[in-house]
Amino acid sequence: MSILVNSNTRLIVQGITGREGRFHTLQMKDYGTNVVGGVTPGKGGDWVESEGGNIPVFDTVKESIAATEANTSIIYVPAPYAADAIMEAADAGIELIVCITEGVPVLDMVRVQSVLRQTNARLIGPNCPGLTTPDEAKVGIMPAHIHQKGSVGLVSRSGTLTYEVVQALTDKGIGQSTAVGIGGDPIIGTKFIDVLELFENDPETEQVALIGEIGGTDEQKAAEFIAKHMTKPVTAFIAGRTAPPGKRMGHAGAIIEGGEGTATEKIAAFEAIGVKVATLPEEVATLIAERM
Amino acid sequence: MKLHEYQSKRIFADHGVPIPQGDIATTPEQARIIAEKIGGKVVVKSQVLVGGRGKAGGIKLAKDADEAEELARQILGMDIKGLTVETVLIDQAANIKKEIYLGVVIDRALQKPIIIGSSEGGVEIEEVAKTKPEAIIHLPIGIRTGLMDYQARNLAHDLGLRRTHITQFVGIVEGLYRAFISTDASLAEINPLVVTGEGKLLAVDGKIVLDDNALFRHPNLNKLRDIQEETPSEREARKIDINFIKLDGEIGCMVNGAGLAMATMDITKHYGGEPANFLDIGGGAKADKVTAALRIILDDPKVKAVLFNIFGGITRCDEVAKGILEALEQVQTNVPMVARLVGTNEEEGRRILAEANIPTASSLGEAAEKAVALARGV
Repeated sequence: MSILVNSNTRLIVQGITGREGRFHTLQMKDYGTNVVGGVTPGKGGDWVESEGGNIPVFDTVKESIAATEANTSIIYVPAPYAADAIMEAADAGIELIVCITEGVPVLDMVRVQSVLRQTNARLIGPNCPGLTTPDEAKVGIMPAHIHQKGSVGLVSRSGTLTYEVVQALTDKGIGQSTAVGIGGDPIIGTKFIDVLELFENDPETEQVALIGEIGGTDEQKAAEFIAKHMTKPVTAFIAGRTAPPGKRMGHAGAIIEGGEGTATEKIAAFEAIGVKVATLPEEVATLIAERM
Repeated sequence: MKLHEYQSKRIFADHGVPIPQGDIATTPEQARIIAEKIGGKVVVKSQVLVGGRGKAGGIKLAKDADEAEELARQILGMDIKGLTVETVLIDQAANIKKEIYLGVVIDRALQKPIIIGSSEGGVEIEEVAKTKPEAIIHLPIGIRTGLMDYQARNLAHDLGLRRTHITQFVGIVEGLYRAFISTDASLAEINPLVVTGEGKLLAVDGKIVLDDNALFRHPNLNKLRDIQEETPSEREARKIDINFIKLDGEIGCMVNGAGLAMATMDITKHYGGEPANFLDIGGGAKADKVTAALRIILDDPKVKAVLFNIFGGITRCDEVAKGILEALEQVQTNVPMVARLVGTNEEEGRRILAEANIPTASSLGEAAEKAVALARGV
């Protein structure tokens, strides 16, 4: 097992003919992800060339599902069109939608979430690196070579920090069940607690690494959830201890507002319930290794 | 992006929110003309994008046009928390009986807009949240239904407004909410909304913060940007699509990825240094971007060492290494540097730097330690 993506994933790529979309489509296919098609309005009937077999392009998500039985979508369309792309995928019946796009307006995401809450679709992101279940499926933009199959589940608001921790785990010979980047925006489809619950219920996952950062209170909510519902050990890292208040630190969601959302209060929330918090990203791997 | 008080209030007024009669001036003479036109007492208000203008002496009451001119002369050019006052707003003074706070933000947990009201207006809402949290009312709004009349009426009651003020108040809350939605704001705030001695409601002070990610669909609002909101380096960085925030330390940081950039700052501090900046060059950065970013970092004379932390994925380490060398050809500097390059093409990247005698490190901790030592001249 694993969570969310695996060898049964049948992936379509929305925005497949764009520069990023095309590049990462080929990377994902190389990794072994079952990429069954792509969608670019107006480019239906085209093909994206790939060594492992050319990939058909459709005009609409609906049409792509009819032709390929896709169950997962990844979105690389530019920010102004991202909300439309997410809702199109949800409306067509895609179960898992992964939105890589950065810079989606917050109110667009508020509208998207108000619709998605009434469907069965799950959204990961936006502004996220996607997710990888090693040796089965990579649905995202993470570098492939850092992953190794194993039993640590990883969930993170940051892209490169995810890679950093995955690499540190792999360097110690510790593999991952699934690594999920949930995104750095203030409004995201899947939060820490959603992924923690999935890991708790996944027989293959034995430990969880959680990588948070300043802004919002999702880490505090995660701490509450862990205390109440989790039997598996969680190790955390929180970025932004030195971040000044009132400034957005790259991620739209990484901002200390009105004195709230500081790294200190998040670290305290985890330590209060006995979750170990690493000082350095690579120390996450050390703390996890100690418990194996 | 923040808007000035006068800009915010004009947007509110466009949505039916009553604001004081007034106009902006950039010279004392203009201030006098505006004050004469208004007649009677006026308030001279500095227009700078920081809080605490009043305490800093940037907001003053004038009894007539003569005094307004004199006060404008004092306030224009004044330095408030590092920002120079270039514009003053001359507003008719209100006869204040009661002050209310009214704001709209996005609640991240509820994933909805939320209207915040408090009978403790005129002070910062964060302060009220600390000292008197029971005085704050939260009103979540469904994005698809929008604000309903009954919600605004309930809010009026909860704020203790008189029956005679309720219709006016409902119109103001609805106007504020519409202003928030139509500008893609992340904050729209009236503080205070005053009840005057004449029984009128008036938005005496206002603030709008816009969602930068939505500015593409608001070209007119984008034009309202005050260049003083950013430092020259931050402005330069925004133009070339680099996330850069100036800090006070001595270790310049260049990192790919926002989370990793924050972690790099934290680790620098952990080893006894102070980060000079937050800088995320983004994914897939090529040599030209690295050059531009390095130039921005070295523009800060306080920088004593530069730390590169690149986790190559889409970004290739050899590209970054080439970028560093190209940058060093163009930017003459004696500032020592240390680079930690891992991931895609790391060997090639390290070889390129080794040939140029730039020290490298394999772990982030080691890199930060080296950078701190270099900054101290060790």
